[in-house]
Amino acid sequence: MTDASMDTPRPRRAKTSLVSEDARTKKRNAAEKRFQAYGIAAIATGLFFLAVLAFSIVRSGLPAFTTTVVDVNFTLTQEQFDEAEGQLFKTKAYSGYFITALQKKLEAENVQVAFDEAAIERIMGKIGGTLREYYTANPDQLGQEVAFKLNASSRVDGYFKGRVQRETLQDSRFLTLADLDLVDALAEAGIVHSAFDWGFITGADSGVDNPGGAGIGASVVGSFFMMLVVLFLSLPIGVAASIYLEEFAPQNRWTDMIEVNISNLAAVPSIVFGILGLAVFIQFMHLPQSAPLVGGLVLTLMTLPTIIISTRASLKAVPPSIRDAALGVGASKMQSVFHHVLPLAMPGILTGTIIGLAQALGETAPLLLIGMVGFVARGYPDGFISGFTDPNSAMPAQIYTWAARADQAFYEKAWGGIIILLIFLLTMNIIAIILRRRFERRW
Amino acid sequence: MPVIWLIVIVLALAAAGFILGRTRAMQSAGGDSRHLHSLPTYYGSNVALKAVVPAMLLMVVWLVAQPFYVNGVVSGMIPDSAIADGSSRGLVLAEVRRAADGLDNAVAQGAISEEFARNARADFTDVTTRLKEAGQIVTTQITQPVLRAAQEYRVINATGNMIMSGVVILVALLGVFWGLRETNKDFRARNVVEKSVMALLIAAASIAVLTTVGIVLSLIFNTIEFFRLYPASEFFGSLTWAPSFGGGSELGVLPLLWGTFYISLVALIVAVPIGLFAAVYLSEYASKPVRSFAKPMLEVLAGIPTIVYGLFALLTIGPMLLSVFGPDGTGWMGGQRAVITAGLAMGIMLIPFVSSLSDDIINAVPQAMRDGSYGLGATKSETIKQVILPAALPGIVGAVLLATSRAIGETMIVVLGAGAAARLSLNPFEAMTTVTAKIVSQLTGDSDFASPEALVAFALGMTLFIMTLGLNVFALYIVRKYREQYD
Repeated sequence: MTDASMDTPRPRRAKTSLVSEDARTKKRNAAEKRFQAYGIAAIATGLFFLAVLAFSIVRSGLPAFTTTVVDVNFTLTQEQFDEAEGQLFKTKAYSGYFITALQKKLEAENVQVAFDEAAIERIMGKIGGTLREYYTANPDQLGQEVAFKLNASSRVDGYFKGRVQRETLQDSRFLTLADLDLVDALAEAGIVHSAFDWGFITGADSGVDNPGGAGIGASVVGSFFMMLVVLFLSLPIGVAASIYLEEFAPQNRWTDMIEVNISNLAAVPSIVFGILGLAVFIQFMHLPQSAPLVGGLVLTLMTLPTIIISTRASLKAVPPSIRDAALGVGASKMQSVFHHVLPLAMPGILTGTIIGLAQALGETAPLLLIGMVGFVARGYPDGFISGFTDPNSAMPAQIYTWAARADQAFYEKAWGGIIILLIFLLTMNIIAIILRRRFERRW
Repeated sequence: MPVIWLIVIVLALAAAGFILGRTRAMQSAGGDSRHLHSLPTYYGSNVALKAVVPAMLLMVVWLVAQPFYVNGVVSGMIPDSAIADGSSRGLVLAEVRRAADGLDNAVAQGAISEEFARNARADFTDVTTRLKEAGQIVTTQITQPVLRAAQEYRVINATGNMIMSGVVILVALLGVFWGLRETNKDFRARNVVEKSVMALLIAAASIAVLTTVGIVLSLIFNTIEFFRLYPASEFFGSLTWAPSFGGGSELGVLPLLWGTFYISLVALIVAVPIGLFAAVYLSEYASKPVRSFAKPMLEVLAGIPTIVYGLFALLTIGPMLLSVFGPDGTGWMGGQRAVITAGLAMGIMLIPFVSSLSDDIINAVPQAMRDGSYGLGATKSETIKQVILPAALPGIVGAVLLATSRAIGETMIVVLGAGAAARLSLNPFEAMTTVTAKIVSQLTGDSDFASPEALVAFALGMTLFIMTLGLNVFALYIVRKYREQYD
């Protein structure tokens, strides 16, 4: 039988060679190449999105840091002051003086352009009121030349930045085409120009109708006080909880429950923490609404799981020999942990804490629910304690408020706010990386 | 006395107690610490702990309990006749608090004297005009009984705070004396201190459980309150979402759930293929320099706050899509806010989330399985497709589920990018809204807190919490089960 089966003719196979690829190998190799290309394409897409994101942040955000200012040297004599104060429409008299001075200056520069008081008001706001306020507050400046640096209106600012275009502009009570001629002439004379906007960095929210005066300073302060609360609550509580769970906890139902809770809390949507804050801290405990203290408490509860998870990892990384050595020379369990394990785990704990803080700094949704919306950030707190209890906003909430407003000029401010927020986040992350690089120990 | 000063005083007492306890212990040992049972600092810590812990506990309990007591007393002072139609006792009490704040501010400014603010026989119109002069807001709702109640409120609060300060300081002092009394050289200070530190550690660990309990309770009570005002069958069964603050709203959750799922679906369609292929390439093909560059760069996407993605969706993705699909292009899209706008931004946000989770899981597949497959003559891609991915599948499913839960709970992107109209539609170019976006809009409006329009946010929060919790538990279960196979 075996002979017979050996004699059966084999199916004919195509001649193959190791040197030349047959069709099947070609197909397999092509599939291999294709698969690899998919991977490269996926990574390229991811990096492309990152690049587009970075590009649009920088391109749209940088204009927020400049503003259009009007530079005028102006002298008001005592007689003019008295005369203006004696009139019925005081501010009108002031703007009359200003316009005469501006006309003289333009004539000296040899610029021919006609304008009236209304045009000036459209370009740089109610100039008479500003002047009157200044001179009544500083009467000693009368008769001397004062260099005024006035912010141009947000629409003129938009014209300079390309937001407002000649072709699409429709004459309105805010800006007319004739005003743009005047602005061009003033720009040529060097009277109107762009300057760095310190007001954006130090200012507070300005209200719906004044995008030019909006600044992020007050909400940076709000974020700062919130981060103080988060740091001083979540670091000690997080470290204490991790020490217990990692070093002391017996295996029982209670510790199991704690562990499950921590891993679940890490994945609860942030807005649910906002609801918690609203119901417990504001409705139940009657803590002040919109206060950085409450915001800090909510964010503390949110960051705790992050900090606990990273602290436990760094406690686990300390080798048992350290604990054994401490116990061997007569330390108690508590002493071995607090005197030896904790100091060795500290760099890892701090890194985790900074990353948790950075996460908390960028969180928006829970803050909206407890009332820390942008428009409450109208000024700086009076002192250290009122910094915690006075209504304030935080950077991301302020950005949200600007983004939700109808006036397009606020969008630029929102992007600018994002640049500032990202600078803070970047700094925190770099500090965390440096800490890790410098103090990380491999056992 | 402000609470902060009370805390400072208690801490100062504790510091003094620490030094006293330490010295007393050293004295009892004749100045030689070798005769002591524990190290001298433990005697000091014992005294300090006994001063701080009971006093602080008492203070916290008192601060939480006092408002309830005060509210109870003040509420009893307001006759039913003083509550206007359409108003409620809660609103009147809020008015009382506001009036009391106004009196406080006026006293602080020096506009009225403390005695005058307390004087129960003071003329009503006199008080209100003086308040107005001091720049305090006086509404028409301040009536005679409200003002009397506000005065009483201030008096009780002031007395309560005074008693609290006294009692807390007394308790701290008693703690110091107690600690000092038991201090002598044979006292086992270390054991006592370590036991109390242990109690503090356990308390800290239990905060996680307390947080969950807090979340569940705050959701449940308000949800029950909501269902008392609005039928649950309507909430789960109605197909329209049309809140109107005048009453008669239709609050069906289904359109919101549909918007949530649709946007999450778009996000996952973007994020899962890109994230998965990126993870496969990074863990199987990439050279070391490529990996060490591309991996952290992708993870930068995960560190960017969601508000940035929201703005990116609204101001970059939206206009870009509008220029292609809008009225000037194919005409499919009406405005820049749409399901696809929010979905794309959310997808970009989720890429690193999917890729780093799957990366970990792919790396956990044992090398022996790859080697076996190569030994049989499989190419790299065949190994990945037929060996590694099937082995890693449960973990990858877990990662996708976690990403889904993240997408469902995401708020800022949808608030800015998805629009405000609740719709049941299949068109991804239309604006829709989600559960999270509606929680924000219902709770940040001016609506009365006791109305169904505001309370519905808690029912929505409950829905969201249960959905994400279910997904997380399921995902963690799958991931954990899979890991056990190779450990």
